[in-house]
Amino acid sequence: MASSNLTVEVVSPEKRVWSGEATMVSARTLEGDIGILPDHAPLLGVLVDGNVSIKAVDGSSHEFALRGGFISVSKNRVSVLGESA
Amino acid sequence: MGAQLRVYRRRMRSVKATKKITKAMELISASRIIKAQQRVNASSPYANELTQAVTAVATFSKVDHPLTTPSVNPRRAAVLIIAADRGMAGAYSNAAIKEGDLVIAALQARGVTADAYLVGRKALNYYKFRNRSIAGSWTGFSDNPQFENAREVSSALITAFLAQADAADELHIIYTQFKSMITQIPVTNQVLPLITEEAPAGLLPQYEFEPDASEVLNALLPRYVEARVFNAMLQSAASEHAARRRAMKSATDNADELIKSLTRLANAARQAEITQEISEIVGGADALASASAGSE
Repeated sequence: MASSNLTVEVVSPEKRVWSGEATMVSARTLEGDIGILPDHAPLLGVLVDGNVSIKAVDGSSHEFALRGGFISVSKNRVSVLGESA
Repeated sequence: MGAQLRVYRRRMRSVKATKKITKAMELISASRIIKAQQRVNASSPYANELTQAVTAVATFSKVDHPLTTPSVNPRRAAVLIIAADRGMAGAYSNAAIKEGDLVIAALQARGVTADAYLVGRKALNYYKFRNRSIAGSWTGFSDNPQFENAREVSSALITAFLAQADAADELHIIYTQFKSMITQIPVTNQVLPLITEEAPAGLLPQYEFEPDASEVLNALLPRYVEARVFNAMLQSAASEHAARRRAMKSATDNADELIKSLTRLANAARQAEITQEISEIVGGADALASASAGSE
């Protein structure tokens, strides 16, 4: 089931901030910037303060400023957990 | 007006005033339940994702972390009890406090010292009145908790957990689970050390960790505790409103009953007064008539 899109969810403790289909997600982890494309290997990363940008399927791009958090990727499902987004 | 009637009227006025207050509180709570419930739902994606991530790390890495490894010989446990700031919510606060007592008793039976961390003025007063030691307490936000509050509480708990000397070995949270509008039950949750919950449906993917498993776990666990505390607070807040609505509804119903029976009594007193007046007049007229008849 190799779909060519990522299902992305950006959630903060208070609510779901954004969810939808995207073609690319990029974020900054402790080790440096990473970009996630469809069919990325499962990953759990610690994010540092900074921006997460998402390229949605419809071509629009979304930017979220996060203060610490996590990114988890598995089977084309990306969840970004932000302390505050 | 007779004294009896006046007393009844006065009591009716006072009951009516009380009823207005309880009715208003009932309506306020009813409207806040919905909001509190929505907040519980809104916070659950975050909590679920975190739980999944923590479970994944804990099962796939053999990292020895103080927050995940159960102590062989636990000596100290932190118990967080979440109750209300205000009363007028029936047995809500008491139920949570009683549940806390049970947990603490069970811990002490195992030879574990329990430190009480309290949220809500009601819990604090209960402990103060009984002169029990309190390890930490927070008040003022029980009906509308913010994430900041949860962060504050959990950082104290984590500090206790990671302390060099006399560190806590276990963390239990006691809160009131919001089942539905009519059912709220106090529950106890062991948050730390992590009990790996039954594996979620499907196999967990083999994660890569960035930067590495122990770093991820280090950063993840405090967030996890925060999320659990926050969720417990939100559920408790929803339960508090539901309990208060129910208590205020029965108070309003009681006031209605009282007003009804007082109205009956007042009417009877008024009738009795009228009857007495009539019989006095009739008696007086009779006496006059017989007096004037006798003089003829």
